[in-house]
Amino acid sequence: MRKPLSAFAVHAILGLYTLLALFPIVLVVMNSFKARRAIFNTPLHPPSPANFDPVGYARVFGDSSLAFYYLNSITVTAGAIILTLLFGAMAAWALTEYKFRWNTLLALFLSIGIMVPIRLGSVAIIQLVAELNLINTLTALILVYTAQNLPLAIFILSEFIAQIPKDLREAARCDGLSEYNIFFHVILPLIRPAMATVAVFTMIPVWNDLWFPLLLAPAGGRQTITLGVQQFLGQYITDWNAVLAALSTAIVPVLLLYVIFSRQLIRGLTSGAVK
Amino acid sequence: MLIKGLKALLLGAAAAIALSGAASAGTLTIESWRNDDAQIWKDKIIPAFEKAHPDIKIEFTPTAPKEYNAALNAKLEGGTAGDIITCRPFDASLELFNKGFLVPLNDLSTMGNFSDVARSAWTTDDGKTTFCVPMASVIHGFIYNKDIFKELGLTEPRTEEEFFAVLEKIKANGAYVPLVLGTNDQWEAATMGFQNIGPNYWKGEEGRKALIAGTGRLTDPAYVSTFATLAKWAPYLGDGFKAQTYPDSQNLFGLGKGAIYAAGSWDISTFRAQKVNMGAFKPPLPAGAAECYISDHTDIGIGMNAKTKNPGDAKVFLEWIGSEEFANILGNELPGFFPLSNAKVTLSDDVAQTFVNWRAECKSTIRNSYQILSRGTPNLENEMWNVSAQVINGAMTPDAAARQLQDGLAKWYAPQQK
Amino acid sequence: MPQGAYLRLLLFFLGPAVLVYTLFSIYPLLATILNSFYSRQSDGSHLWAGLGNFHTLLLDPTWSGPFWNALKNNVIFFLIHMSVQNPIGLLLAALLSLPRLRFRATYRTLIFMPTMLSVVVIGFVWQLILSPLWGIARMFLNFFGLGFLFAPWLGVESSALITVSLISVWQFVGIPMILIYTALLAIPDELIDAATVDGLNQFQAFMWVKLPLIWPTIGLVSILTFVNNFNAFDLIYAMKGALAGPNFSTDIMGTLFYRTFFGNQLQLGNPAMGSAIATMMLIIILIGVMAYLFLVQRRIQRYSF
Repeated sequence: MRKPLSAFAVHAILGLYTLLALFPIVLVVMNSFKARRAIFNTPLHPPSPANFDPVGYARVFGDSSLAFYYLNSITVTAGAIILTLLFGAMAAWALTEYKFRWNTLLALFLSIGIMVPIRLGSVAIIQLVAELNLINTLTALILVYTAQNLPLAIFILSEFIAQIPKDLREAARCDGLSEYNIFFHVILPLIRPAMATVAVFTMIPVWNDLWFPLLLAPAGGRQTITLGVQQFLGQYITDWNAVLAALSTAIVPVLLLYVIFSRQLIRGLTSGAVK
Repeated sequence: MLIKGLKALLLGAAAAIALSGAASAGTLTIESWRNDDAQIWKDKIIPAFEKAHPDIKIEFTPTAPKEYNAALNAKLEGGTAGDIITCRPFDASLELFNKGFLVPLNDLSTMGNFSDVARSAWTTDDGKTTFCVPMASVIHGFIYNKDIFKELGLTEPRTEEEFFAVLEKIKANGAYVPLVLGTNDQWEAATMGFQNIGPNYWKGEEGRKALIAGTGRLTDPAYVSTFATLAKWAPYLGDGFKAQTYPDSQNLFGLGKGAIYAAGSWDISTFRAQKVNMGAFKPPLPAGAAECYISDHTDIGIGMNAKTKNPGDAKVFLEWIGSEEFANILGNELPGFFPLSNAKVTLSDDVAQTFVNWRAECKSTIRNSYQILSRGTPNLENEMWNVSAQVINGAMTPDAAARQLQDGLAKWYAPQQK
Repeated sequence: MPQGAYLRLLLFFLGPAVLVYTLFSIYPLLATILNSFYSRQSDGSHLWAGLGNFHTLLLDPTWSGPFWNALKNNVIFFLIHMSVQNPIGLLLAALLSLPRLRFRATYRTLIFMPTMLSVVVIGFVWQLILSPLWGIARMFLNFFGLGFLFAPWLGVESSALITVSLISVWQFVGIPMILIYTALLAIPDELIDAATVDGLNQFQAFMWVKLPLIWPTIGLVSILTFVNNFNAFDLIYAMKGALAGPNFSTDIMGTLFYRTFFGNQLQLGNPAMGSAIATMMLIIILIGVMAYLFLVQRRIQRYSF
């Protein structure tokens, strides 16, 4: 960055790409506040007192179920993250720490899921969930997403646990801590950055998934927000005020959360992905 | 510390799940693809039923049309579908019945309110068992913007010659899209295009039955001419019609930017909501044709999930669906869906009434791909979507389109292999 | 440690993960594979068909036509990601990792944003932007005097697949960017300092010092792209429907599987053939991953710190 010209070029490229990344999002959010005619005739104008019309939001929030759908999505995503992290860390610990007979084979078995999409087994999953009496419950979604995310979680966490100096564990053992205590009180706190990485990789696809909510919990107020918005869009497809407001409602909270936590997430990503 | 936090979170999550899992008993859920009508169901139809039957609660849980078949099949396979199933006509529902997902409904007291023709879409091939209550049919034709017609001094075209003359005038004026139709979603091209104007060419039921019997071919002049006429639409469609989706089409006409809309009658309520001053004319007659034919398609029925935990209540609801009261609510709250019941229904919507009047002037038929002919692979309906869109796009000649349909059908349908 | 206690320990740590994973991931996949060896009769009973379904899928022109078409489109879809998404991701990562860059965190956060959003939302938004009705894309081209270039790209056979692919690239470019960026950050500063002392400029230092060190990450990004692309479904389904038009020009393995397995308007779902397609997808993905593991990864010298 010694020459100012090259610094300018770098900022020009990054800035242009940032615009490209943001433009569609801004366009939708901006127009969601405008009157129908203004949306169609002057889509690039920002909202102003002249064309302001929140009718779309009135429609979206008049449909009171959307608030519940948010709660559902939060429950499912949090549930899946917690189970994935807990079960994943426990399994990763056992696989790296204890050298038992089927260790390598089991590790390989657990990594199949990284390569193969669970979606290909949808029908068997539906039947299974039905037999367990879990249809239209959030539990079913949490379990499926946990199964879906465990392989990558175990993979990342194993690599990370392997980096923890042996002395630490041996010292803990000398202090007379049980294996369980070593894991929960020594190891878990140490792998927090890696767990942040796993949390991100779990969160994005779970929050945004349309497929399994559609098949496993499509009704009865158990819809996730992604499915709820999809259903809402289907219903008001020609009402662009409502469509744009619904899209904004789906976009903005996710992005706000992302911006708030992005520093932690990136820190987790950078320290987690490095080895 | 951390483990304590985790535990608390887990417990919290478990509690939230337990709370959200409580569903009330005595509720019937309806599976449907009519998400456009959700508001009418919630505000009008269900309250009317619940008023007479306060002990039964109804929940209308529609899926978007394009997901409906897949989601319904998956849910039926998994045993998780709702109590009441909205039935697509003919083979899709017949298959569900054959697999044991739908139950015979012959013993419903209100089943007598329906003619054999109305029931045929949801009856076994031997004509003995009916498994869905017929609900409504939809009619094809063209909806036009009266204000634009008045401004340009146009009248409703009756023949194809007049039709293209009208399109030409609108185009020459330049202010409006002459004909509103998009090919992005493909089904629009097949349903609002091919099945809309086609019956006039293949003489409705006569041509449809000849295909099933194997005495007619999809390469016959009637079908090639239908495609040839469709191909002539292209210059009058909106700019970029190849990427125009169905909602785009609805908006284009709804915003008053289009003059004529290739319609299904179900679009009436959409345009009513957008306050379009509209009229309708039936598919214009091709040169040399004397009689007119319309597509009056048995489109929607309602049946019962064989695995419902509440068969008693479900039957009560289905009886009501067959009643005159429901026919009246349906016909007037959802103008453009025409009740199939024999009950006398007066329609308050004049455009809907215009569509219904055609029944007296023309001979009715249903879409020719629906009965029997879409049972094999390649699927005739899918093929029609594909080639109709391509013909309008100018990517395929009418002859080639007809040939592809015929070859596909002959691949598996024995009467067409002779 | 006594044998019993050791077993209990393993069971405690491994039990939950193995149980959930086996039940909700492995078992359904095995059921799908098994399903592909049966044909289903109209009354719902199953009949052993051996390799019959695969024979039909690969050799009967009614089935093999769509299958090879979908596979071809999927390969194109993948190649566009490899040649557009990953180079852009690399470029952005390289710029972001430059020393003393201002607004680094802001750029990084904003560019990653589309990746956070649901494919349903993305598909819808882009369809609106490219829609001839709304005309945003046309306005832009007009602004630069390029209005004549506007076309209904999504609806034209020759451009639909490319357009959909580029939208997917737009959404997911954040993933290669972040992965490569973190790998670049991990390179010790001393190495770069040594390189600059040797008289290399920044571009040369990147090409000759950094790039070789991040090959393993680029390999990882490539294989992730491959797996994701051959699992893709949502975006094309959201924008073009299950028939993936025009004339199946955007049909990929995921949409073919969906249509076959669950059916369409009047097409009935065919679980046996659907499972056969799913099994083929599995095989294709496994071949790709194996090829990567044995051919590519072996040759890349893992850099260890």
